[in-house]
Amino acid sequence: MSVISDTISSSMNPTVMKETKMPESDSTKAKIERPADTVIEEGKTVGIPFSDDPKFKLRDVNVFYGETRAIKNISLDIARNEVIAFIGPSGCGKSTFLRCLNRMNDSIESCRIKGSLLLDGQNIYDSKRDVVELRARVGMVFQKPNPFPKSIYDNVAYGPRIHGLANRKSDLDDIVENSLRKAGLWNEVRDRLDAMATGMSGGQQQRLCIARAIAVSPEVVLMDEPCSALDPIATARIEELIAELSESYTIVIVTHSMQQAARVSNRTAYFHLGHLVEVNDTSKVFTTPEHELTESYITGRFG
Amino acid sequence: MTNPSSQAELVRRSLKRRYRKERRFRFYGVAAISIALFSLVILFTDIISKGYTGFIKTTVTLEVHLDGELMYLNDASDPDQIAMADFQAPIIKALQGYFPQATSRADKRELSRMTGSYASNQVRDLLKENPDWLGSTRTIEFPAHDTVSVYVKHAGDPGYSIRLTEQQQRWTDELLSKGVIDTGFNDVFFSRGDSREPSNAGILGALIGSLLTMGVTLIIAFPVGVAAAVYLEEFAPSNRLTDFIEVNINNLAAVPSIIFGLLGLAVFIGLFGMPRSVPVVGGLVLALMTLPTIIISSRAAIKSVPPSIREAAEGIGASKMQVVLHHVLPLAMPGMLTGSIIGMAQALGETAPLLLIGMVAFIVEIPEGFFSSATVLPVQIFIWAGSAEQGFVELASAGIMVLLAFLITMNAFAIWLRKRLERRW
Repeated sequence: MSVISDTISSSMNPTVMKETKMPESDSTKAKIERPADTVIEEGKTVGIPFSDDPKFKLRDVNVFYGETRAIKNISLDIARNEVIAFIGPSGCGKSTFLRCLNRMNDSIESCRIKGSLLLDGQNIYDSKRDVVELRARVGMVFQKPNPFPKSIYDNVAYGPRIHGLANRKSDLDDIVENSLRKAGLWNEVRDRLDAMATGMSGGQQQRLCIARAIAVSPEVVLMDEPCSALDPIATARIEELIAELSESYTIVIVTHSMQQAARVSNRTAYFHLGHLVEVNDTSKVFTTPEHELTESYITGRFG
Repeated sequence: MTNPSSQAELVRRSLKRRYRKERRFRFYGVAAISIALFSLVILFTDIISKGYTGFIKTTVTLEVHLDGELMYLNDASDPDQIAMADFQAPIIKALQGYFPQATSRADKRELSRMTGSYASNQVRDLLKENPDWLGSTRTIEFPAHDTVSVYVKHAGDPGYSIRLTEQQQRWTDELLSKGVIDTGFNDVFFSRGDSREPSNAGILGALIGSLLTMGVTLIIAFPVGVAAAVYLEEFAPSNRLTDFIEVNINNLAAVPSIIFGLLGLAVFIGLFGMPRSVPVVGGLVLALMTLPTIIISSRAAIKSVPPSIREAAEGIGASKMQVVLHHVLPLAMPGMLTGSIIGMAQALGETAPLLLIGMVAFIVEIPEGFFSSATVLPVQIFIWAGSAEQGFVELASAGIMVLLAFLITMNAFAIWLRKRLERRW
């Protein structure tokens, strides 16, 4: 029989304890998915979760959707200019955790976040912190390509425009060209910058979304399953792009494809039911995983 | 157990049944549309067949000798004399030129009812303007009397001749054959306000009144409705108060329009002391009536903006305001316009609330602004449809056609606008 130790750390106050009762369905699901005799100890992550020079310093992060606790006491460092991949079965909280990094969960009313999340030593969730400024520094690319129903040019120029990054038209043109070049899209669209972005292919749209995200020169780019809606060729193109971008940006990528994680990332984090089970160098995670659950997942026994 | 061939047979049989069902379903749809089209055809045939004569005017053109003695007038520039003079006499005299035997008092009265009752005023106004015409002979075109006009337009239909004496009918026929009575395009209808005399009544006053009223309605209802929808949808915290407001807006959409009229009477006219019968008050009342429709449809339009676009803008660092102004509103605008068109079309055809705020008054002058007395198209049609003179019946139908044309123009403009916005985005 499996044992789930969902003991809540003693540091939590009693009111929170009441709220974090696991729904029954969740634990039954866990019983099915989890191989026998596996214990997840909350807040305990095997591998190397910490870094000497963290871009993000995340400690004891808990995320609640109403009564449900979606993220359970996760502590993790994301190093400067690394590509870190979040993997794990569906519903394990990796996307939720990613969206905490630029406060995209703010618009969900029932969502509450506890713990310390620091970007360059500053609290992301500080009440005085301007979320607009944060998102200019931490860009995001979504699962489904979501270009604005505007021209290609306007899509890329939108970010610089609203942040006032370019005062002259020529500056803006430069930003647009550079971003499209970095996204590997310039040669394909240079002659039709005025064309509607929604008329492009899915892969092109996703690269446009990446161009749009990097047009405001963010320090971090968050990618939430950026290739899940794309065919293998478009995926390969985006992966090349990630490799190029990793030279100048910190990239956090959520993916369902373990091959992709193995190809593009320096480090890999394995999530399971809201727990961060294991973090390590990607090669280590995929060759000699320390945790039993990680091994089960990467060998395809579940998930 | 079933073997494969019998299973295929089963599928084939069920297929037949399915196709039959499909055909039946399609037939219901076609039937429904046919009924709708048929009713529309009947409606239009009825209105057009009754109303086309409203666009035709009947005129009596006479050589009138402006004899001073006959009119008891020797100086046309003297207002006192003008006020006392008899301007009907030269018209009767001119008609007597065609019918010399009509000399009795009764004959004269019948002759005077060949031209519209405003004919003498027409002569008076001409003389006022040109005092030197006194004593000369002039060709003047008078509108025919309502009864004559109806008789001419419906020649051969006994239902339309009962108000004319046999002698008048004879005279009319004779004048028609001589070309004295003639028909032509009814320019009066499109250039005048209301009148007691059908031949002198026009729709322009009501048309301008409708235009002004709709203008006020649009200027108030559209921005307020859109702003309310945006606030409720994007900014309002979800609490009891918001729910309460939401329920009330939905209920307001179902409140009978006459209630809004009562409200307008009590608040705008009673409390704020605004004048009666003016487009501003009418517009305000109709705006209140239209607001729920616009708010509800605008909210639906905002809701239908894909969340991925919102996320994309937020992810780049757009503020809430920028997300709404740059992305949500432009994408929702076509839907908002559709709702507004429906609301405005409803307001354009609304009669009941306007009756209460006095827009049903008899107004001859063409309204000059938002604060001058006016009536609107549906109310004008309502007034005409209830009038006794036969001539007003055709005017009412003609008025309905003008109202429909107004409506179609308004909708066409809005659809054009929507198409343009859609193309931009």
